Amino acid sequence: MSVESAVQAAYVVAALLFILSLAGLSRHESARAGNAFGMAGMAVALAATVTLAARSSSGTGLALLAGAMGVGAAIGLWRARLVQMTGMPELIAILHSFVGLAAVLVGWNGYLSVEARPGEQTEVAPGLLGIHSAEVVIGVFIGAVTFTGSIVAFLKLSARIRSNPLVLPGRNLLNLGALAAFAVLTVLFVLEPGLGLLAAVTVLALALGWHLVASIGGGDMPVVVSMLNSYSGWAAAASGFLLGNDLLIVTGALVGSSGAYLSYVMCRAMNRSFLSVIAGGFGNEGSAAGDVDHGEHREISAADTAQLLKEATSVVITPGYGMAVAQAQYPVAELTRRLRELGVPVRFGIHPVAGRLPGHMNVLLAEAKVPYDVVLEMDEINDDFPDTSVVLVIGANDTVNPAALDDPGSPIAGMPVLHVWEAEDVVVFKRSMNTGYAGVQNPLFFRSNSAMLFGDAKERVEDILRAL
Amino acid sequence: MRIGVPRESRPGETRVATTPTTVPHLRALGHEIVVAAGAGRASSFPDAAYAAAGAEVGDDDAAWRCDVVLRVNAPADGEIDRLRDDAVLVSLLAPALNPDLLDALARRGVTALAMDAVPRISRAQSLDVLSSMANIAGYRAVIEAAHAFGRFFTGQVTAAGKVPPAKVLVVGAGVAGLAAIGAASSLGAIVRATDVRPEVAEQIRSLGGEYVAVAPAEQTVSADGYARETSADYDRRAAEVYAEQARDVDIIITTALIPGRPAPRLITAEMVAGMRPGSVLVDMAAAMGGNVAGTVADEVVVTGNGVSIIGYTDLPGRLPAQASQLYATNLVNLLKLLTPGKDGRLVLDQDDVVQRAMTVVHRGEMTWPPPPVPVSATPPASSPAASVTPAAPKAAPSPARRAALAGVGAVLLFVLTALSPADLRGHLTVFSLAIVIGFYVIGHVHHALHTPLMSVTNAISGIIVVGALLQVGHGDAVVTTLATVAVLVASINVFGGFAVTRRMLGMFTRG
Repeated sequence: MSVESAVQAAYVVAALLFILSLAGLSRHESARAGNAFGMAGMAVALAATVTLAARSSSGTGLALLAGAMGVGAAIGLWRARLVQMTGMPELIAILHSFVGLAAVLVGWNGYLSVEARPGEQTEVAPGLLGIHSAEVVIGVFIGAVTFTGSIVAFLKLSARIRSNPLVLPGRNLLNLGALAAFAVLTVLFVLEPGLGLLAAVTVLALALGWHLVASIGGGDMPVVVSMLNSYSGWAAAASGFLLGNDLLIVTGALVGSSGAYLSYVMCRAMNRSFLSVIAGGFGNEGSAAGDVDHGEHREISAADTAQLLKEATSVVITPGYGMAVAQAQYPVAELTRRLRELGVPVRFGIHPVAGRLPGHMNVLLAEAKVPYDVVLEMDEINDDFPDTSVVLVIGANDTVNPAALDDPGSPIAGMPVLHVWEAEDVVVFKRSMNTGYAGVQNPLFFRSNSAMLFGDAKERVEDILRAL
Repeated sequence: MRIGVPRESRPGETRVATTPTTVPHLRALGHEIVVAAGAGRASSFPDAAYAAAGAEVGDDDAAWRCDVVLRVNAPADGEIDRLRDDAVLVSLLAPALNPDLLDALARRGVTALAMDAVPRISRAQSLDVLSSMANIAGYRAVIEAAHAFGRFFTGQVTAAGKVPPAKVLVVGAGVAGLAAIGAASSLGAIVRATDVRPEVAEQIRSLGGEYVAVAPAEQTVSADGYARETSADYDRRAAEVYAEQARDVDIIITTALIPGRPAPRLITAEMVAGMRPGSVLVDMAAAMGGNVAGTVADEVVVTGNGVSIIGYTDLPGRLPAQASQLYATNLVNLLKLLTPGKDGRLVLDQDDVVQRAMTVVHRGEMTWPPPPVPVSATPPASSPAASVTPAAPKAAPSPARRAALAGVGAVLLFVLTALSPADLRGHLTVFSLAIVIGFYVIGHVHHALHTPLMSVTNAISGIIVVGALLQVGHGDAVVTTLATVAVLVASINVFGGFAVTRRMLGMFTRG
């Protein structure tokens, strides 16, 4: 058994461990084991690769390698320990950008060590050089799009830049043009590899990634983040093709399809096609929601809400991104605990696109120690609203908008929503009467069984706690 | 402004236009309140309670002489003269039925607001006395029926035998009808209801009733929220339904009223004769002639076959404290609208559709009927019946299209693989299989774990570090530098991703 064959065997083991890891994450009970499988797989893969690299590498090379890994590990562990759960979307976005950057660098190295040294290189047979070149360009392209796209997503999510969509004239043509230019450059590069061409592809891809995400609004971020997750997988897979490494291909494909699946789930939850999300945000076509007289909304005080909750036979809380913004998850969890002590069953209804990340609300509630078995998905809870006494809508708007079902002219028509209005009473926590992300007025607020509780969600929930 | 609340002079009236609870609200608007001594007695509000709430308790004349007079019933002939010249009278006036009364008020030169002329628009809901009184009346109708009915409402199985539940038919599902449905079903009866407006079926069901359609339904979606007269064909079909129901049910409560017209005769003498002895009919339209043949207003008639027909017209007044409270609150809401400055100055804005519609006499000038205010209970005309066309989720691609897509994909993959050299062919095989596995594995992930899933896939996509590791130390300085940077950033991913996933998963706890 040579070292090479041992390494190949280790890669197979690692790939299987990764599959087990993702399978483990399908249920709460096995999720921790799943994470452990993933770590084991990574350890096996790294050990095998380092062994292989150590045989052919110089002392300085090894030292650099150990240093880089050490620094990277330290930074990674440090960020992971400190990050706020509300900041998860940003962290995940920036991590995607690292994969993209690594893929670009690996691609460039592929070029520098093969195509840039015609005659000297021994890695690639002359007949296969064209394929190698194509792999380089594709890897660099996907990596660069992922890199800048993720950086823009990170900046938007962390509110360092404004999150409304950038609207350039003919932006869809710009995107298509970039893809066409990429195809042309790829052909040129395969025919005659050159530094300039590769640099051009890189710059083009960086610009495309930037523009792609910049033109998508904040509320579509769940789709964007899972899309970037997918891209980072394809970038890894492209590097695998470039290096002829099956482990990279398998892992990249797993991650790529996982991101694609999540994007699909998110798009279905908004009743929009993937392309329409990419092609730009809401609000541009939204003239349907005109000056319809919705009537007047009714206000309610925190004390009255507390009274309502005390007398309720069942309560459902539907949180949205506003809960994360107001950091209200801790008082909400406390409210849940108190009501359960009073014998009032409390459950949560989570819309798939609530928050800025798939499953974001679940993590926030878990952080605040809300038991996960009372946190239900939209489809699990939608039939229960008619038997619910009180629904608290905290920081959600479009995801509880009855217009999605009633008004065929609404920009969000057809989007599956939580049927909160079927409950006896609905209390909506909101800062003001402003419209939601989609820019659509919400007829829910004017229903006779809903009441508005204005103000900061966290303070209002604390007021209710005091009044209980 | 001084607001006066005189005693109600109509015989048998138990309600009062202001209660001790609403006095402070009126005072907060800057008004002074004068309550005639004994005005609230029939509603169990003693004079002392008014005084404690901050109202002045005076004699009846003092209340009549105020700037604004709040009443439940329209003034009797002699009472109109007791008003001041520039007084504002707020009361139930039934303007469509009492032209003489309006004339008398106009001659007197006062301003009169009719609480029963509030337009049915959402904004005016808080003033809508007809709704609040109808709600009480609907409840009381069920209580009266239960009182006269010699059996339980709810079905029981007892040691002394099984008791079947009572069957109640409610005709007309307006506010009163819906209140009756709710009250009867909460007493445990089986409740059925009919209405000419098919869109109320959902509301009937929400209160525990069963909608009995007069099929095929006649589309009578109303623009002003009230029912209208129906066609002859519809009436014939409806009669069949009522006759059939009458033979089956124990109690019928009728609420069918058409504004400004005599009540439609829905239940004929034959239908009444077909009911079982001991059955009860409550005719809530008795004041307008009744929906039931044989109804006598304000009386209970027992027919030859032992069926009681209750024709009380004072159902809300039979819950005096409750009715006064709701009526008084409606008045407070009206005065809030009329006192925008909260400074005790009354401003009657004739450009406001609500105030315009209610004003039947303005400074001696007859202003009834008001211009029509359309819009209301149903959503605006753009979508005739809101629930008819819930936008369907985007249709899934047709099977043919899906097959075509799959076919194209298969051909592409075939061509690509066939043209590839051996090495690449192996990689493509691995790649395709891995994608399929990926989709299947991820498809089962619990929705709550999507975020941990993303962070773990993030960590494992750091596997690209393997590629970078193999490039370190090969070739020249540039390659090594780039590879080192790649190793560094990918390591952040690997370690950070797994660590944060671990932290997150640790937070999920079971209840």
